[in-house]
Amino acid sequence: MPERVTVTVNGARVDVACGSTVAVAMILAGQPCRASVNGESRGPLCAMGICFECCVAINGVPHRRSCQVFCENGMEVRTDG
Amino acid sequence: MSDDGYEVAIVGAGIVGAACADEFARRGLRVILIDREAVGSGATAAGMGHIVVMDDSDAQFALTHYSQRLWQSLRPELPEDVEYDQCGTIWVAADEEEMAEVRRKADYYSERNLVTDVLDEAQLKTLEPNLRPALAGGLLVPDDGVLYPPCAARVLAERAQQHGAKLQLGCAVERMEQGCVQMSDGHEIRAEFLVNAAGAVAPALTPGLEVKKRKGHLVITDRYPKFLRHQLVELGYLKNAHAVTADSVAFNVQPRRTGQILIGSSRQYGAEDKEVDHDILSRMLQRSQEYMPALGSMSAMRTWTGFRAATPDKLPLIGPWPGDKSLFLATGHEGLGITTSLGTARILVDQITGAQPEIPIEPYLPSRNAKEQVHA
Repeated sequence: MPERVTVTVNGARVDVACGSTVAVAMILAGQPCRASVNGESRGPLCAMGICFECCVAINGVPHRRSCQVFCENGMEVRTDG
Repeated sequence: MSDDGYEVAIVGAGIVGAACADEFARRGLRVILIDREAVGSGATAAGMGHIVVMDDSDAQFALTHYSQRLWQSLRPELPEDVEYDQCGTIWVAADEEEMAEVRRKADYYSERNLVTDVLDEAQLKTLEPNLRPALAGGLLVPDDGVLYPPCAARVLAERAQQHGAKLQLGCAVERMEQGCVQMSDGHEIRAEFLVNAAGAVAPALTPGLEVKKRKGHLVITDRYPKFLRHQLVELGYLKNAHAVTADSVAFNVQPRRTGQILIGSSRQYGAEDKEVDHDILSRMLQRSQEYMPALGSMSAMRTWTGFRAATPDKLPLIGPWPGDKSLFLATGHEGLGITTSLGTARILVDQITGAQPEIPIEPYLPSRNAKEQVHA
């Protein structure tokens, strides 16, 4: 089992420790997650799947809670579409 | 004449009551609009908000078509947060039997100067690619639209106030009869004319009124922009919504400005509590996925219920209540109150002011039920 995995966040590569959630990758990438109705940036708040503020699109599926999904090699994370 | 000096007291500040207050005030009558909670807080806040033409009966068509044209002329004055979107309705036909109904509907609308477009399977697929394959086609009604009802009710109430109407919120009404509204805090509001616009709770204020609660469920999803472009309704809706006794569900989805999708619909008689009924909710969502399978992978943000004010003949009650010369009704709009609020206000105020209504009012007069009872 590799100790590091690589995902992309809006096309940019991010290396994280194996077992990290996508929320961790977002923080390491310095990227906000979802945008509010008024366009304000949101990010991980509760980090336990309750607040839905850390939603991102993962492999084309929108509105996934990044704090509840583990990073896998090659995973594509987007917040711009 | 009371010291308040009101000519009209309207009980119920849902969209129907607010529209009536606006119409009375703009015609120069002194009006007060009363609600136990807030403006647009009952069925108005719970409903989908469609501005649609329907043809269950000639009278229903006349009122919805008239009202839709009133909404279209009001549209330039509506602020952005009313979210009026003329997205059009597509009546979805699953099979050839339903396509026959599409053609009948198209002819009916065409004879009444309403433009529609009959869609074949491929055209339907182009307009709404997320519908399942192998549907027969549909009928596009381009003038139909949606709006956000609580804000629309607020705008109507504000317009009424700008024309001198008074608003009394947060106090329940105990009784309304013989020119007097008795409030639960003990004070009385007198007016020459009283209007019961209390929706599904109207019978509590006017005993003998044949209005029943018809419960509905709705679900709203997270934002999925461009997934859905039109309001979609299954043609089987007609069969389902017509069943006057059994619980029923039908596929009805709407795109909202935010990219959210509003999913309905259910109809239940005899369910008096506001709790979400998970059995009927899952039937409703199952039905929606039979038409749009990808809805199943979406996240729902919120689920809620509301109560339509249903009459035995599915037409609203607009006009004088027999037995009390001061009392008029504006209730019983079932699932069409957002659309028909404006037409209701016009023909109610026409009746009271002696103006000539623009459509025949007989089908909506409350006395029609009394007549039926005599002959029954």
